[in-house]
Amino acid sequence: MYGLVPLSPAAGSFEQIPAMLAFAAAPLAHLRPLDIAVIAIYFGMVIWIGFYLKGQANTSEEFFMAGREMTAWIAGLSFVSANLGSLELMGWCGSAYQYGILATHWYWIGAIPAMIFLGLVMMPFYYVSKTHSVPGYLMLRFGEHARILAAISFAAEMVLMSGVNMFAMAVVMKVVLGWDITFSILVSSFAVAAYVGLGGLRSAIFNEVLQFILIWGGALLVPILGMIQAGGVSGLKTKIITNMHSDSYFHLWRDTGHFSANPMGVHWTGIVLGLGFVISFGYWTTDFLVVQRVLAAHNLRAARMAPIIGSFFKMAVPFIVILPGLLGLVLLQNPDGSRRQLVGEDVVKSCALSPSDDKVANPEGCAAAMSTNSTLPAAYQQSVLSGAPGTELHSYNEALPLMLVRYCGPGLLGLGITALIAGFMSGMAGNVSAFSTVWTYDIYKPLINKKGTDSHYVLVGRLSILIGVAVSIGAAYLVMHAHGIMDYVQALFSFFIAPLLGAILMGMFWKRATAPAGFLGLLLGIVTSVSLFVWVKFNPSELASVALSADAKPMAENLYRALWAFITTVVIIFVVSLFTKPKPVAELDGLVYGVTKLPKEDPVPIYKNEYLWAVLVVVIFAGLNILFW
Amino acid sequence: MHGSKIPIWFFIGVLLLIYGGMICTYGVFEAITGNYPPLVQLTDLHTPIWWGGFLLICGVFYVVKFYPRRSSK
Repeated sequence: MYGLVPLSPAAGSFEQIPAMLAFAAAPLAHLRPLDIAVIAIYFGMVIWIGFYLKGQANTSEEFFMAGREMTAWIAGLSFVSANLGSLELMGWCGSAYQYGILATHWYWIGAIPAMIFLGLVMMPFYYVSKTHSVPGYLMLRFGEHARILAAISFAAEMVLMSGVNMFAMAVVMKVVLGWDITFSILVSSFAVAAYVGLGGLRSAIFNEVLQFILIWGGALLVPILGMIQAGGVSGLKTKIITNMHSDSYFHLWRDTGHFSANPMGVHWTGIVLGLGFVISFGYWTTDFLVVQRVLAAHNLRAARMAPIIGSFFKMAVPFIVILPGLLGLVLLQNPDGSRRQLVGEDVVKSCALSPSDDKVANPEGCAAAMSTNSTLPAAYQQSVLSGAPGTELHSYNEALPLMLVRYCGPGLLGLGITALIAGFMSGMAGNVSAFSTVWTYDIYKPLINKKGTDSHYVLVGRLSILIGVAVSIGAAYLVMHAHGIMDYVQALFSFFIAPLLGAILMGMFWKRATAPAGFLGLLLGIVTSVSLFVWVKFNPSELASVALSADAKPMAENLYRALWAFITTVVIIFVVSLFTKPKPVAELDGLVYGVTKLPKEDPVPIYKNEYLWAVLVVVIFAGLNILFW
Repeated sequence: MHGSKIPIWFFIGVLLLIYGGMICTYGVFEAITGNYPPLVQLTDLHTPIWWGGFLLICGVFYVVKFYPRRSSK
C-alpha cells in the first residue's frame, strides 16, 4: 500500500523519506499541552479498545476473522482505512503539489473499478469458499505449492512493509515535531502490538474505523479553510494559472495522450491498463491486507456491500489529500510573505546543513541542484546558500504538514497530528494482523503443526503478532541504517501483486485452469517482474523498452512492469493448463465462476441492494472523470 | 455490532465528545482572551469553536445513540 506507485493505488515514495532528515531545519510544529493531551487520549483509547475486546478473541475464528460478525459499514470503513496510511496522505498531497490532479488517478481509476469488481464479482467466491486468506483460496484452487509460495512471500512482505512504515512514521514525526526516532518507533509499535495482540482482527478493525474518523476529523479542516482563503474554486484556479502559467493542474486525462505532455510522464494506456487494471485489481482484490477486512463481514451481502461502501469514501479522499496539495501551491508563504516553493527531496538532500555551523554543507552541489531541479527565484537560492535566517527548504512531502500548521492552533494541531499517527498505526496494524493470519493458517498449520488445538493456534497468532512487530522494529532500524533497502522493499510488494492477480483471475473464471499451471504461472510471473526490475535497475536506459517509449519516466515503468508480469502469468497458466489434467468440475464448486451455486440471499429493500449502490458509484466515478477531464 | 457489548460507534462518540469539548473550550478561551497563536491563519474565523462544537455534537449523538444499554438487545 505504499510506494509512489507500483504497489498500491496509494503512494508516498519511501526512497524519499530518509532525505526528509537531510535539511536539518527546526521542526515544522511545536505542540502545546492541549495537543499532547489529544495525542495521549488517542493512545489511551486504542489500548482500552484492545483490552476491552480481549474477551471476544478466544477462538481462532474470533481472533483471526473477527468472528465474521462485522457489518457492511464497519467492514467497508476498515477496508478503506487499512489502505489510508499517512505516507499515502502526505505523499499524494506532495504529488498533487507537483503534478496537479493527475495524482487523483490513484484514488479513482486506481481503486474504484477494482473495489466494485471485488464486491460484485469476486467476493462471493472468497466468501463461499470460507477461506481464511487469499493464499488459502489458492490452496483450494491450485494446491499446496501455490499457497506456500503466496503465503511466504506475503508474510515476508508484511513484516518488512510494517518496518518501513514504522520508520517512515518516525521520520515524519522527527521532521514535523522533532521527536526522537526511537521514541516514535517504540511507542507506536507497543500500541499496535498491544491492541492487535489482545483483540485480534476485531480490535484492528475497530481501531481502523476509529482512525478513519480521526483522519477525516483532523484533515478536513485544511481544505475547508484553504478554500476560504483561496477564494473558492474560481479563486484557486485563477491563482494557480497566474502562478504556474498552466491549466494542466486541473486535468485528469487531457494531457495523457503522450508521455511528454504531462509532468508525470505517463500515457493513458499505462494509467488504464497498468494502474486501473493490473495494479489496482491486483491490490484491491488479491492483497490479503485489505481482503481480510471484507472476509470478516457477517454475511455475503455485507461482504459485497463493504467494498462498495468503501468506494464512496475512497472517491472522497482526494478532497483531504489532493486539494490541500493544490492549495499549498498558491497559499504557502515564506516568512517574508512571498510564495513558498517546495522542492524535490534531491534538492533538499543536496542542500543539507552542516551539523557544525548550520550552513549548507556542499554549496556547489546545492546551487547546482537548485538551479537545475527547482524553480526557486535566484534571490531565494542565494539566501539558502548564505544560510540567511528564515530561508528553509521544504520538500513536496511536507505540503500537508505545512498546511496543517498554517491553519491549526492548539488542540486542532494535536488532532491533525493524531490523524497522521492514526494513519500510520492503522497501516501497521493491518500489516501485522494479516501477517498473523497468513503465518498461522498458511505456513505454521500446514508446514509445522497440523494437529494443534484451536486455542493453540490462537496462541500462535498472538505470539506471531509480537514476533511480527519485533521483526518490523528490526526492519525499521535496518532501513534507517541502509536507506537503499527501501527501494527493494517497495519493489518487493510490486513483484507479487500482478502475478497473483493473474493466477486468481484465471483460477476463479476459467474452470480448465490446472494446479501445476497455477503454480507455474504465479512463479514465472514473479520471475518476470523481478527480472524486469533488475534489468532496468542496472540498465536505466531499458526503461524505454519496458514502458514502450523513450519519453517514459520511472512511474510508467512500474505500470508496464506490472502489466507484463500479469500477461506472463495469464499466458503461462493458459498454455500449461492445455497440457495438464484439470480438476473434476465437482471439486470446483465454491471456487470457480460458472460451477458455483451461490447461496440465495434474502430479498432486501431497494435502498439496501448492492447493485443499486454500485451503479451510483459508477455514475459518480464517471461524472468526476468527465468533470475533471 | 453483533457479538460485542459496546459498539465501535460508542467508542468513536466518546473520543469525539472529549476532543470536541477540549477544542471548543479552548476556542472560547482563545476568543475571550484574544490570545491567538502566532503564525496561524484565519484566526478571525474562530475555527476551534465551530469545529470543536461540531465534533462535540457528533460525539454526543454517537454516545447517546449507541450507548451500550440501549444498543444491546
